[in-house]
Amino acid sequence: MGCERIGSQTVQMTRPVYMMSTASVAGKKESEGPLGSLFDQVGKDDRFGEKKWEQSESRMQQIAVQMTLEKAKKKAEDVDLVFAGDLLSQSIASIFGVLGFNIPLYGLFGACSTAGEALSIGAMSIASGFAHQVLAVTSSHFATAEKQFRFPLQYASQKPLSAGWTVTASAAFLLADEQTYKTGAHLLYPSHSQSEAAEEPIQITQVTTGKMVDFGIRDSFHMGAAMAPAAADTIFTHLRDTSRTVCDYDRIITGDLGKIGSRVLKELLGTNGYDISERHMDCGVSIYDAGKQDTHTGGSGCGCAASVLSAMILRKLASGEWKRVLYVPTGALLSKTSFNEGQNIPGIAHGVVLESGGNTR
Amino acid sequence: MMDYINAFWVGGAICALVQILLEKTKLLPGRIMVLLVCTGVLLGAFGIYDPLVEYAGAGASVPLLGFGNVLWKGIKKALETDGFLGLFTGGFTAGAAGICGALVFSYLASFLFKPQMKK
Repeated sequence: MGCERIGSQTVQMTRPVYMMSTASVAGKKESEGPLGSLFDQVGKDDRFGEKKWEQSESRMQQIAVQMTLEKAKKKAEDVDLVFAGDLLSQSIASIFGVLGFNIPLYGLFGACSTAGEALSIGAMSIASGFAHQVLAVTSSHFATAEKQFRFPLQYASQKPLSAGWTVTASAAFLLADEQTYKTGAHLLYPSHSQSEAAEEPIQITQVTTGKMVDFGIRDSFHMGAAMAPAAADTIFTHLRDTSRTVCDYDRIITGDLGKIGSRVLKELLGTNGYDISERHMDCGVSIYDAGKQDTHTGGSGCGCAASVLSAMILRKLASGEWKRVLYVPTGALLSKTSFNEGQNIPGIAHGVVLESGGNTR
Repeated sequence: MMDYINAFWVGGAICALVQILLEKTKLLPGRIMVLLVCTGVLLGAFGIYDPLVEYAGAGASVPLLGFGNVLWKGIKKALETDGFLGLFTGGFTAGAAGICGALVFSYLASFLFKPQMKK
């Protein structure tokens, strides 16, 4: 079949799924952060040549997909499927972001966990033989997310310290089966690596689909706490399904829990007997310099986990510094209406295992 | 000079109290706004708010409490002159300058300034 179910929520790829290409686009603030030099392209003013913020976000996706295809020397018509999603109503940034490529589309919504959702479904599509190469793409933009979920920028409201800072970024990933990977160009970081031999091949070997976990949080300024229980549940379930321990991973990487959410995550896993503190990394904490950039608890948004994966995590895997990571983007499931009507904010987190090197079984 | 100081501390005190409400309770911003307007109506009805406006000027009339007070006064006056219909016309008549002013000035501001990303 190409993939098989192990345990309660995990799927093991029995046919290889390769990360063939990736590209990231980020905004000004992100370019000034600790990972600034790692993004493929950064914008000077976060507008990316567009007049409307929503169009700027779509443009970021378009640039990310274009660069991903160029790195792999592929054309849009070579791609069998694209899985795309973002934070805006009806995923409209993704719609206009990938419209021009004319690739068969599945639109996704997983809030900030969309990168994990898109990679999971993409990997299963390839392993099961339904596609040879698929694109996964997502984005978020500070200005559009503020307008959608809080207030437009013109309102100039202040945020509490528990609030996240929506990352302005987009990233795209091209997944491929063995045949396509072995016969095509697959240099992830052409500006840094000399040749394809200098990079370790990266595979997606397992995915763990997350369950929604509702902790009764209603404060959209406290989303780290809303998402941490979901991340803990997915990580715990993954380790149980695969009979692995924390030490089997070089890093366990959450999406955008921030400083507060990360603390909650470590406490929750600690009570279940898993100590991840030495191997945990949170994309939302890594992307900004909290001391200098006044970003409160850290970055959030679909673009946060996606761009950090594209720019930094895959780079470490490609260089061989890390051999196996569990990538767990986290999402807070709310709409403006559900929030205003006082509904809880359930969390979700999808686990994706990325491994580098030849022998990955 | 005392006018400025009184406006500053009264207006500031109202805003500080509401900020505490925003941060220490789970009340949604919309509810707090409604709460302020209704409180202003009540304070006006009990005759407490007008003396405060006299004392603090804009410090008391600009916050939403002041809007509630204006609504109360407008409706009261219109009820006296127009009878029952005044219940529906009075509030908006009295609040017209403030509401229309906000519309016109924000429209003008949108010509002069473009929204920017937060730093």
